[in-house]
Amino acid sequence: MARAITTQKKVMWTALAWAFGLTMFFPILWTFLTSFKTEAAAISDPPVWFFFDWTLENYVDVQARSNYPKALMNSIIISVGSTFLGILIAVPAAWSMAFVPGRKTKDVLLWMLSTKMLPAVGVLYPLVLLAKWLGVMDSRILLVVVLMLINLPIIVWMLYTYFREIPGEILEAARMDGAGLKAEILYVLTPMALPGIASTVLLNIILAWNEAFWTILLTTVNAAPLTSFIASFSAPEGLFYAKLSAASMMAIAPILVMGWFSQKQLVRGLTFGAVK
Amino acid sequence: MSTAHSKSAARLMIAPAVFVLLVWMLIPLCMTLYFSFADYRPMRGIFEAWIGFDNYASFVTSSSFLKSLFTTLWMVGGILAITITGGVLMALLLDRPMFGQGIVRILVIAPFLVMPTVSALVWKNMFFNVDNGLFSYAYKFFGAQPFDFLSQAPLFSIIMIVAWQWLPFATLILLTAVQSLDSEQLEAAEMDGAPALSRFRFIILPHLSRDITVVILIQTIFLLSIFAEIFVTTNGAFGTRTLTYLVYQRVLESQNIGLGSAGGIVAVILANIVAIFLMRIVGKNLDN
Repeated sequence: MARAITTQKKVMWTALAWAFGLTMFFPILWTFLTSFKTEAAAISDPPVWFFFDWTLENYVDVQARSNYPKALMNSIIISVGSTFLGILIAVPAAWSMAFVPGRKTKDVLLWMLSTKMLPAVGVLYPLVLLAKWLGVMDSRILLVVVLMLINLPIIVWMLYTYFREIPGEILEAARMDGAGLKAEILYVLTPMALPGIASTVLLNIILAWNEAFWTILLTTVNAAPLTSFIASFSAPEGLFYAKLSAASMMAIAPILVMGWFSQKQLVRGLTFGAVK
Repeated sequence: MSTAHSKSAARLMIAPAVFVLLVWMLIPLCMTLYFSFADYRPMRGIFEAWIGFDNYASFVTSSSFLKSLFTTLWMVGGILAITITGGVLMALLLDRPMFGQGIVRILVIAPFLVMPTVSALVWKNMFFNVDNGLFSYAYKFFGAQPFDFLSQAPLFSIIMIVAWQWLPFATLILLTAVQSLDSEQLEAAEMDGAPALSRFRFIILPHLSRDITVVILIQTIFLLSIFAEIFVTTNGAFGTRTLTYLVYQRVLESQNIGLGSAGGIVAVILANIVAIFLMRIVGKNLDN
């Protein structure tokens, strides 16, 4: 009897949770469906749900728009570029903080995290001015550097937490077995650090991909990534729901997939260790 | 291994990161500080290097500042209220035994991964639009007059959009907290006949309070800089001009650099007040 009640309860919780989950997901689902409709079907009254003539023409149309491939390319270059530049600078820093901690390590780490809390708008004009001076306004390199800088604290922080999980005894054991420093780094530490680095890379590509302050304000045509490409849809011409949906799906699909693999990192990276 | 040697090597390894962040922090911030004391309006060719605290005085006393402060408070407060309440309920729900928990979790997280411009435009056009939005169809279906969300209730509409994006974040963190709850204590309370509501009030909520605080602090820091959602929906019109947006408009639209910079410094100070509390918690955790 008790067992029957538990199953019954479980079914009830399942229904409730799925109802909430689908409600949260609904706007994305609706965008997905709309992206396969004709423009007429996209605004039909009453709305059509599944039974319409599925078409790929919106995807073709959006890609044919001269600036879509460029925006996609820019998004990839900016997010991947800024992440790898950040990793390059952050790995040595996180490494030394995790394995050779000094008296100041904690303060340095806290200070780095605190830079992440600086409101972007506080340095907006200087950035624009400096970019114009250096002649890099609306260039990919500018975005790569700026996004690297705003995400560097998170990269250092995440790597630090991952590196600290590597037990020190393993290093001692390797040394006892006669491993030199080079062998130690190459065969012992690197394999243990790689998963952490990979997770960090993944999270930061997501963050850089979705960044929508600097990418909008520091670009116009040449370096505009998908965030600002999509923003250009805010002044629509004619019927555009289906095309907007197709463009949106193409902009978010890769990140949705990556994000589902890095749910844990999302929490770790964005809470700065304030949650244990 | 000589410690002195490894210590200096460690310092060398950390140097690049510290250097770039220091440059990134200091140079632009000092420039903003410098401009905030100047009368600088490039479009009119005005530049006076030192006018004291005039910019601060006129920024802080302007009616647009006070309005933007209230708008910011309403926006951040509204989003926090929705995401915290929703997050606690969602976390408790997701913690129950159920079928397909992994899939539900994925569905719930998804909004957080959507880029801000996409979510704002999708909501604006496909849900809020008075002619063709889904909400309008729903209103008509129930025989009501369609409601023009973004012009009649613009602040509420933006709160909805951003809350939708951030609810997953609160849920994820609070779910971890709920899962770490001592189930024996809960069972004991249940055996003793404590009703569900008082179990929630006296066991679950106190246990979550720390993580709720953290979610509030972190979200506040990120929410203070909401930009894209306003940019593509109302562009700051109809009482949706937050402090961030006001500064952006002063600096880039009306090109009053001095005034805008003073506003920027005010925004930095406000964000830092929140950040101090957060950093204290982070610092304590680092000690253990």
